[in-house]
Amino acid sequence: MDLRLPSKVLEHIFSFVDSNEDRNSVSLVCKSWFETERLTRKRVFVRNCYAVTPAAVARRFPGMRSLTLKGKPHFADYNLVPDGWGGYAWPWIEAMAEKSPSLEELRLKRMVVTDECLEKIAASFKDFKVLVLTSCEGFSTDGLAAIAVACRNLTELELRECIVEDLGGDWLSYFPETLTSLVSLDFSCLDSEVKLSDLERLVSRSPNLKSLKLNRAVSLDALGSLLRLAPQLVELGTGSFSDKLDQEAVSKLAQVFTELKELKSLSGLWDVLPEYIPLLYSVCPGLTSLNLSYATVQMPDLVELLSRCSNLQKLWVMDLIEDKGLEAVASSCKELRELRVFPSGADVDETNVAMTEQGLVSVSEACPNLESVLYFCAQFTNAALATIAKTRPNLKCFRLCVIEPFAPDHKTHQPLDEGFKAIVESCKDLQRLSVSGLLTDKAFEYIGTHGKKLRMLSIAFAGDSDLMLHHLLSGCESLNKLEIRDCPFGDTALLENAAKLETMRSLWMSSCGVSFGACKLMSEKMPKLNVEVIDEHTPETRPDSSAVEKIYIYRTLAGPRLDMPEFVWTIHKNPEIGVSHLAIE
Amino acid sequence: MSRKKMGHTFASKLLLLLPTSLACFSVFPLSLIEKKVSSMNLSSIKQLASTKPHFIFTINFSITNSFPYFSSVKMDEFVNLEATELRLGLPGTDNVCEGRERVSCSKRALQGAAENETESSTMKTETSPPRKAQIVGWPPVRSFRKNIVQTKKNESESEGGRGLYVKVSMDGAPYLRKIDLSCYKGYSELLKALEMMFNFSAGEYFEREGYNGSEFVPTYEDKDGDWMLIGDVPWEMFVCTCKRLRIMKGSEAKGFGCDV
Repeated sequence: MDLRLPSKVLEHIFSFVDSNEDRNSVSLVCKSWFETERLTRKRVFVRNCYAVTPAAVARRFPGMRSLTLKGKPHFADYNLVPDGWGGYAWPWIEAMAEKSPSLEELRLKRMVVTDECLEKIAASFKDFKVLVLTSCEGFSTDGLAAIAVACRNLTELELRECIVEDLGGDWLSYFPETLTSLVSLDFSCLDSEVKLSDLERLVSRSPNLKSLKLNRAVSLDALGSLLRLAPQLVELGTGSFSDKLDQEAVSKLAQVFTELKELKSLSGLWDVLPEYIPLLYSVCPGLTSLNLSYATVQMPDLVELLSRCSNLQKLWVMDLIEDKGLEAVASSCKELRELRVFPSGADVDETNVAMTEQGLVSVSEACPNLESVLYFCAQFTNAALATIAKTRPNLKCFRLCVIEPFAPDHKTHQPLDEGFKAIVESCKDLQRLSVSGLLTDKAFEYIGTHGKKLRMLSIAFAGDSDLMLHHLLSGCESLNKLEIRDCPFGDTALLENAAKLETMRSLWMSSCGVSFGACKLMSEKMPKLNVEVIDEHTPETRPDSSAVEKIYIYRTLAGPRLDMPEFVWTIHKNPEIGVSHLAIE
Repeated sequence: MSRKKMGHTFASKLLLLLPTSLACFSVFPLSLIEKKVSSMNLSSIKQLASTKPHFIFTINFSITNSFPYFSSVKMDEFVNLEATELRLGLPGTDNVCEGRERVSCSKRALQGAAENETESSTMKTETSPPRKAQIVGWPPVRSFRKNIVQTKKNESESEGGRGLYVKVSMDGAPYLRKIDLSCYKGYSELLKALEMMFNFSAGEYFEREGYNGSEFVPTYEDKDGDWMLIGDVPWEMFVCTCKRLRIMKGSEAKGFGCDV
């Protein structure tokens, strides 16, 4: 009896399958399911742009409408990946322009995007709607102008923390008068001033505009007039909040803020003067997301502000909030799900000492929905970690950065092993973990034993030996991304657990003790991995026993990449010095 | 060639195992050899290989569950390479030993401090790794954010947003340099930096006589366009009024009261 469902029925069923994880599982069932799924997949995520070729993706998913790509490894955010390493968007855009011209959405993260890329997008995709660039670089405002002028149905243009060559604010005036479909505009990372009249006209002809994130050059006065034109905003990123306004202007502005009935998310607030913070009070009760991480607001003002934000779910703030401020958050923001506290000082010496582990403990104890934490702090204790673990077993993401390397528990002077043990034991659904402070191999034994759902792990200045790596690679079953810097292990654990690397997306190791010989060995034996050795100072000779500076290993179906710069070595470059020559007939 | 029994104690033997997936290796006649090594050193393997041309050396990795004893093995015994020592600092710099000393020093110091809590903070500052040595990419804050914070600090510190970078020229030097006056706390630090930068010696400063003992004289141009001797006015005033620096030499410097 043929139990196969007709493909039309399958298609209909698959249209309800949204998550790509589910879709990937669906494709594995049988050939006909694979075929039907691939023809119906609209949103494609490629989390490592070198894991697969653009042509292969285009071939497999002819119905693709939305493509999300990630390029450089995460540690590129912290300047650990030299310029020119790779992550170029061009090959993808070129391939999609030819093979998937119906592409409507492109979301790129940590990639090199040139003006040429943007011009190609503008010219090739007739129905292009969404461009979101996060932590990208390589383009100028001219490229933005190309997008603005050509994409008639543009709904989203978002530049999140990109490095853009700013040639002026003219690009904004290239949006044609006929463009009325804009839903989201984010140019907060640009420096130049845009013409206010152009911006006002754009906003007034965009009835669907829900999200507007201005850059610092937009004055407070200008903000007022923009908000009057767009009271329907759900997300607002203000510009500079520091002009001196007279009393009348201030009360007018306060009035405008009260009109923002739909506002859920607030960010920007560059240079905000304390006397203007009360302007925000009217929107506080409705806010679910507040990003104060660029606003140097002091603790007392923060307390006043946050005590009014009873519905807040996401809070990003600087350590100027201090323990006292976090106590206020604990008592007022019971719906809090995500907390990120960034350092206000540029380095270790300038850390705000009025913020300690106690702040995070207060929030953990009081906010039952807290599941994601990023916390920069001068010091920590095992007891605090244990309390956090006990009160918040629902944590999914825990990133603790004790700013001073090797800092032990500041009360007991013990390593923080026991504290992190409590975290991984208690938080059974923990998916992302960053550890810091003084840690021995034991900490990693605990992580390996208990961190079964851990997908991403970041480690710096920790551990004693290869055991640490061995525990992680052999214990963490769900491990997908591992990034390690400045830890004292060598080749042994890595080589022993090499098979594990094929089950992971990527592994980054820098300033550790892995030797060149081990890299060659792995390259030779694991063809499904790209083993990239990155040296900013390429040595004259490279004996096998020498330690390499940085290694980036990732699984790939695409084979060696063709766009490697000089300072990246893979075995394919010099196959004759690989290990294979030892085999003598 | 007889097949020798494979050992399990990884610490003392270089192990050769056939992973089941690599079927191609079964084509070649294989001799499995154990060699006692005290450290994983591939160059020694290569050396061995070159002396035994009729063997095929296959270096593979094991499947981890063949090593039930791993956790009980002391890795320290053979993971003893200098290359695995922790080091701080920029990648590529060879301060391995330095780093280690600093690191072990700080760890022991911190543990020792457990006995005496009151001293702990001072011990930490004395022996911890020099924080001034900027560790690349640490703390892990996105450069975008770091730049914003830095810009804010610069703006709040400098006068009217002018910034404190000034050009420094030296007579006879082919190109100019730029220094940030806000980096220095006083004249002695500034002069030391200039001396190092241009490789000269300024001599001693006397209030009445100017700089004694050198043909070089450090001067600056102030807001009014006049060339003044560095050191005459209080430091704060100097920082506010200084537009650029010039290290004069020889005859031109005579007017500044030096002893040449």
